[in-house]
Amino acid sequence: MAELPGLIKGLGVTLRTMLRPAVTVQYPHEKETPPTRSRGVIALKEENCTVCMLCARSCPDWCIYIEGHKDKAPPRREGGKPRTIQLLDRFDIDYGLCMYCGICVEVCPFDALFWSPEYEYSEVSIAELLHDKERLGDWMKTVPEPLALEAGAEVKKGAKN
Amino acid sequence: MAVVTEFQKAAYVAGQAADARVNVEIEAEGMTLNIGPQHPATHGTLRIVVRLDGEQVVWAEPVCGYMHRGYEKLTEVRTYPQVTTLVNRIDWLGSFANEVPFILAAEKLMDVEAPPRAQWIRTALFELGRLANITLFLGDMGVQLGALTPVFYAFRDREHVLNLIEAATGGRFHPNYDRIGGLKEDLPKGWVTEVKSAMSRIRTFCDEMEDLLVGNEIFETRTRGIGLVPAAVGLEYGLSGANIRASGVDWDIRRDEDSPLAWKHCDWKVWTHPDGDCFARYWVRLQEVREATKIVEQLLDGLPSGPIQAKVPRIIKVPAGEAWVHTDNPLGEMGYYVVSKGGLGPFRTKIRTPSFSNISILPWLLRGVYVPDVITILASLYFILGDIDR
Amino acid sequence: MTAALHLAYWQTTTIKVLVVMGVIPLGALVLAYVFLLKMMSHMQSRLGPMEAGPHGVLQLLADAGKFLQKEDVFPERADRAVFALAPVVVLMSAFLLYVVIPAGPRLTVSNLDTGVFFALAVSSLSVLGVLMAGWSSANKYSLIGALRAAGQLIAYELPLVLGVVGVVIQAGTMSLQGIVQAQAHGALLGFKTLGEPYILPQALGFVLFIVGAQAELTQTPFDMPLAETELVAGYMVEYTGFRFLFFFMAEFGTAFAFAAIGATLFLGGWYVPGVHGTAADVLGPFVLGAKIMLVSFFIFWFRFTYPRFREDQLQAVAWKYLIPLALVNILVTGLLKVVV
Ligand code: SF4
Ligand code: SF4
Repeated sequence: MAELPGLIKGLGVTLRTMLRPAVTVQYPHEKETPPTRSRGVIALKEENCTVCMLCARSCPDWCIYIEGHKDKAPPRREGGKPRTIQLLDRFDIDYGLCMYCGICVEVCPFDALFWSPEYEYSEVSIAELLHDKERLGDWMKTVPEPLALEAGAEVKKGAKN
Repeated sequence: MAVVTEFQKAAYVAGQAADARVNVEIEAEGMTLNIGPQHPATHGTLRIVVRLDGEQVVWAEPVCGYMHRGYEKLTEVRTYPQVTTLVNRIDWLGSFANEVPFILAAEKLMDVEAPPRAQWIRTALFELGRLANITLFLGDMGVQLGALTPVFYAFRDREHVLNLIEAATGGRFHPNYDRIGGLKEDLPKGWVTEVKSAMSRIRTFCDEMEDLLVGNEIFETRTRGIGLVPAAVGLEYGLSGANIRASGVDWDIRRDEDSPLAWKHCDWKVWTHPDGDCFARYWVRLQEVREATKIVEQLLDGLPSGPIQAKVPRIIKVPAGEAWVHTDNPLGEMGYYVVSKGGLGPFRTKIRTPSFSNISILPWLLRGVYVPDVITILASLYFILGDIDR
Repeated sequence: MTAALHLAYWQTTTIKVLVVMGVIPLGALVLAYVFLLKMMSHMQSRLGPMEAGPHGVLQLLADAGKFLQKEDVFPERADRAVFALAPVVVLMSAFLLYVVIPAGPRLTVSNLDTGVFFALAVSSLSVLGVLMAGWSSANKYSLIGALRAAGQLIAYELPLVLGVVGVVIQAGTMSLQGIVQAQAHGALLGFKTLGEPYILPQALGFVLFIVGAQAELTQTPFDMPLAETELVAGYMVEYTGFRFLFFFMAEFGTAFAFAAIGATLFLGGWYVPGVHGTAADVLGPFVLGAKIMLVSFFIFWFRFTYPRFREDQLQAVAWKYLIPLALVNILVTGLLKVVV
């Protein structure tokens, strides 16, 4: 039959692939590092948070739960009036609901929320996906430095990226 | 005794009739086969009810809605920045391409325009989304025809594209990278070089597919002359994208309409195929992938420098008005009709998704074909369930 | 014949039965592991199972354990007796195939005079099991799958048989043992020492045989009865647990047997040049095993590369190309036999 070549070319492709090393990553033994910008888990820097509730309000599925109270802090300058500060009582993110959109991180005006590319926090029970503020604080260790930008990017003044 | 109103009775009868129409099985007229909603060929939850005579389809009816998530309604209770993250999930394989037309519509209403660098990056990512989407199709078509291997190659090489999307946007499948008036942040360093190498990989993948499937005689006998869509019929049913281009209609929104995105700066070709059968649809998509790699490379070579965000207020309020923006997405023409009443979110959004129109041709197309061809045709029309049901 | 042992009939029979019962799962296991798990994975640039045992060698045992633990589910409207019996019938057809395959000069369960036709006849017994499975599951997908299987197996029986006829004519015997001997004593272009594997003079027959075997085994490109993307898994849809395991074992057991028949008919079976007598009895099974692996490699290579035909196209291929080719092959072989 004149039609053999097409069939044989296909056999060649599979044979060549077989002789090449496989691309599988044997997951629990070896791991791929996700890119720095990956939205893996949200980390909370508690001392920066002012309980402004912006993140909770702009979250599309309202999965951030915040409670706070007012407190007096010693004045900044000698002899000044004591300041009123807001302290967090509760800051929970329910990762069972979160859709990793990143809006909360973006809207936070005080740089209290960060993305970390960490991804291994699956749980047996869905209730345990609710991370409280201690757990969210722990993620801070894993937050990477923001990346340098590609050539031609506008250089921003100021710290906020 | 419960009181049954006339209305309830009528509703009951109508319900029974609907059930009967779908479920009845009169042996004399053949067999009703229920393909789906859980069926490997529907890659999702599409249900197709076919009446068979032997292995031949007498009539067929797609039943969709099993995955309806109500996105049009949801946009009414979300703010503009929140909507992008929702619409990411419509066509989940080429998700970046979903958010672009919406953002463009919002920008049109607000009368802002993103700076050129942002537009170029948008276009490049748009085409990367197309690659991520269509490479999977190229492999999946093989699986639907019984060749297991191509889809693994597709997953293998698509991985590079997804990694690139993730490296730039932070999300593999749900980038949420577009902002009204620009982008979330600029590209990370080294990205452009990585894209170049990934693009050559994708081209190798296309060559492999050409050897493995397109040139394969079995593949040809299975696809040539199967599922013929004449151009006129295709246009009537509202087919778009590669599906209509495979019927010989030379229509590509990227080229034919003026858009703020950067396609007009690139040198590329719209492929068409005169046949309109399954083979033509596969072939056109294969060429489209090759073109897309070229577009991405050209865009990144000529990437203008500058800001990536235009000036927009911090809290986005869109002035009242109506806007329609459509683009040529991986699956076909996708568009958003956004109506704003000046609030924080849209008042009403109509989402035109390509897959919904593409499968509406099924009753016409499936009449008289054999059961295996049903699968071939479904695969070659290429729908994404999220795109049908949104 | 230096028969050191004199065993009663019942003793030899028991041993033979036990050996066959051992060979089938073993053969199925080896084929499934080497080809289905490993070769396919590597062809698709993956690794396949790696966790159970070194390189996942124990994976299939683990799977078998899992299948055995599963509940034996009958569909509500199934014909229970037939449903239960079907996998056994299919497995039995695989078992019967082994009866005639010689693994050494004296290592054969039964050296039937009509060995070739016995093998091809019992191989079609599996159709019965498939039909039973498809009908009794009370599932439309199963039914379509089973009917396709029936149509296909009948259509491909012919090229398979006709492809083999060439070999039979050339060897002048239908006994598989006799065919091996004929190949051992044949002279290829005058070289007597190497014997004459019939793959060379009967290349066309070999191709027909492989294609036919592929169809008999319902492997891609002829796997429409299973067609997991359209019929989900054809006649096997409703089977779980150990009944599914039966089907699985039968599938690979039959593949093993067909590869063995192919190796015997076309590659000289257990014969290696220069080994005779008891040495051949010892070496034979290994030689045959190696040849089986070679034939299976091709069978599975095609399986993992090609898409599948449509049912009617498959029939067209059988009737329009394969059968005429087979007839031509027979004619030419017959003429040459008469002339030379
Ligand atoms: S990432 Fe999005 S969904 Fe998740 S907590 Fe933040 S705003 Fe909410
Ligand atoms: S937006 Fe930032 S500062 Fe405000 S409550 Fe959230 S985390 Fe705290």
